[in-house]
Amino acid sequence: MSDVEAAFAEADGALVPYITAGDPDAEATKEQVRALVAGGADVVELGLPFSEPIADGSTIQEAIQRSLANGMTPGKFLDLVADLDVDAPLVCMTYYNLVYQYGDEETRANAESPVEPFVAAAAEAGISGLIIPDLPVEESAELRAACDEYGVDLVFVVAPTTEGSRLQNMLEQATGFVYVQARLGTTGARADVSDQTHESLQRIAEFDAGNSVPKAVGFGVSEREHAEEITAAGADGVVAGSVFVDIIAEHGDDAPEYLRQKARELKEGAHAGTSQSHPEPERT
Amino acid sequence: MSTDSKFGDYGGQYVPEALMPAIEELGDAYERYVLENEDGFMDEFRERMADFGGRPTPLQYAEQLSARYDTDVYLKREDLVHGGAHKLNNALGQVLLAKYMGKERIIAETGAGQHGTATAMAASHLDMPCEIYMGTTDINRQRPNVFRMRLNDAQVNPVTTGRGTLKEAISETMRDWATNVEDTHYVIGSVVGPHPFPNMVRDFQAVISEEAREQIREKAGRLPDAVVSCAGGGSNTMGAFANFVQDEGVDLYAVEAGGSSLDVDEEEGVAPNSATLTTGTDGVLHGARTKILQDSDGQIVESHSISAGLDYAGVGPELSHLVEEDRVTPVNVGDDVALEAFHRLSQTEGIIPALESSHALGYLHEAHDELGDVVVVNVSGRGDKDLETVLEETDKRDLDVAPDMDLFEGVER
Repeated sequence: MSDVEAAFAEADGALVPYITAGDPDAEATKEQVRALVAGGADVVELGLPFSEPIADGSTIQEAIQRSLANGMTPGKFLDLVADLDVDAPLVCMTYYNLVYQYGDEETRANAESPVEPFVAAAAEAGISGLIIPDLPVEESAELRAACDEYGVDLVFVVAPTTEGSRLQNMLEQATGFVYVQARLGTTGARADVSDQTHESLQRIAEFDAGNSVPKAVGFGVSEREHAEEITAAGADGVVAGSVFVDIIAEHGDDAPEYLRQKARELKEGAHAGTSQSHPEPERT
Repeated sequence: MSTDSKFGDYGGQYVPEALMPAIEELGDAYERYVLENEDGFMDEFRERMADFGGRPTPLQYAEQLSARYDTDVYLKREDLVHGGAHKLNNALGQVLLAKYMGKERIIAETGAGQHGTATAMAASHLDMPCEIYMGTTDINRQRPNVFRMRLNDAQVNPVTTGRGTLKEAISETMRDWATNVEDTHYVIGSVVGPHPFPNMVRDFQAVISEEAREQIREKAGRLPDAVVSCAGGGSNTMGAFANFVQDEGVDLYAVEAGGSSLDVDEEEGVAPNSATLTTGTDGVLHGARTKILQDSDGQIVESHSISAGLDYAGVGPELSHLVEEDRVTPVNVGDDVALEAFHRLSQTEGIIPALESSHALGYLHEAHDELGDVVVVNVSGRGDKDLETVLEETDKRDLDVAPDMDLFEGVER
């Protein structure tokens, strides 16, 4: 069982917050991560900013622009991760081109694949898993191989449109957790939990005979009730990003305290939901 | 024609998971309707391109240029397609395909506004609701095209992120598609993006070289020694090359925008050019593995060209592959040479070319000695849309070939 899977197993309703690293700078990010973990985060998703974030809505796009404007790079990102000493596994969310380009010429020339240098450096820095939203399972063979070699989880996103053999394939390939996208569209806080969430969890349960990888629902989660509804519906946890990124944009230096409160609120919701979930265990 | 999702190492489908089923559905529709002409799709497409689009376009012998360069120069007149550019070939094909697929809404990105106007025309012609994403910088420098889209009843959505140009508009259109994928088709404007777009857009544009190959054999009695075409994303390029790729004796020149310099400014994240095939490196952008303009970390840099239609940090994966295979020769000319070529064609042949096409004509001017006896140049569009830019940019320079601009002195413009 990987670090991430173990964190889910112990969590009893896991909270996976996302923030963009380097928003507004690396030191602030460290404080933010500590606050999130103090508030109850079980796994922390750290965004490594890419200039063309096609899967992100305006909230996270703006955070990415702030971070890039302040000089965040993949190298500085990994330094930041190496400096962080928190009691929660760290997962890196970024886009494929940054993974594909990483490393100096010599490292790249000696690597097994173009993506190996990044995975090796990420593992070395203490990254436990990767989420690459523009890398569908069909294009992931090289990255899957590198992740296996270095013991890094590769998290896939299951969309409301993911069905049939593609869903099956993804559930078989995923490690760490499966990121269930609650609705079509991009990331961003919403007022409610979409009906698509329930349908997706249902669909996954039908295909999920053998794989025990945890399921976490994200896209639009911002309130305690959302988290509770999601774990009550059978998910193992919730992912929430834009709500935390909004707090950072609004409160600046005072953000950590607000982050801690919001994390606590969502964690309580996620935990409360698990006790309402399925009198019979979902997976036997 | 190939239906593989890869061209050598290039191409593929690097998109958010939510779009994968839509791309598979599109791939299926492409094979059935475009490649197999199911339900007479291709017949209807060709008929509409004739009656609405004005095809076939002429291949014209350019008398003055031929005399000047001592080479037989033939111009493929895509500027005469309805709307003033080759863009309609693709836009009409895709909007019609969306209709056959039962989609109810069309979205598209645009940079210079040429693809946006073509899509708006096609959507209006085929009675489909249409929204166009366009960067705010481009909206302000291409006002007439914005107005044309509005006239054709398309909604224009401004994109404020980044520098407000083409790549931000593509990213934003992809976000819309990921949200509304079930009833919406994304009409991508070039041979870029995830499979099947590069294949499909090439096939819709291939009519350029299909006609030109026939026409040159009629007029010159032989195949040309060279085909010269400008390359941004590469749709007119692949259209002009597609039917000549198999003719080994025909040299294919993709003329990129050299901008003001071929260097990349890492510090500023800017490449003052759009010469992706010449100076770019392998990476993944907007759904495909291809050559892109990026810094050493893999962040996409801002490109530049005097021609908004060439101003893009990526290029079609098939072109990257054909360059890698030495079948296509990438070359480039800068802003100054393109601007001179714009004036030259306008003066000597009575044709005002698009600034994009002016890059191909600029290369003809520079390299005519090496191109052989019979050369086809693709005039991908007309230059009416560029008049404001040309006025401004000519004014900044001392060009022998430009008309006397004193006329304008003291006049507010």
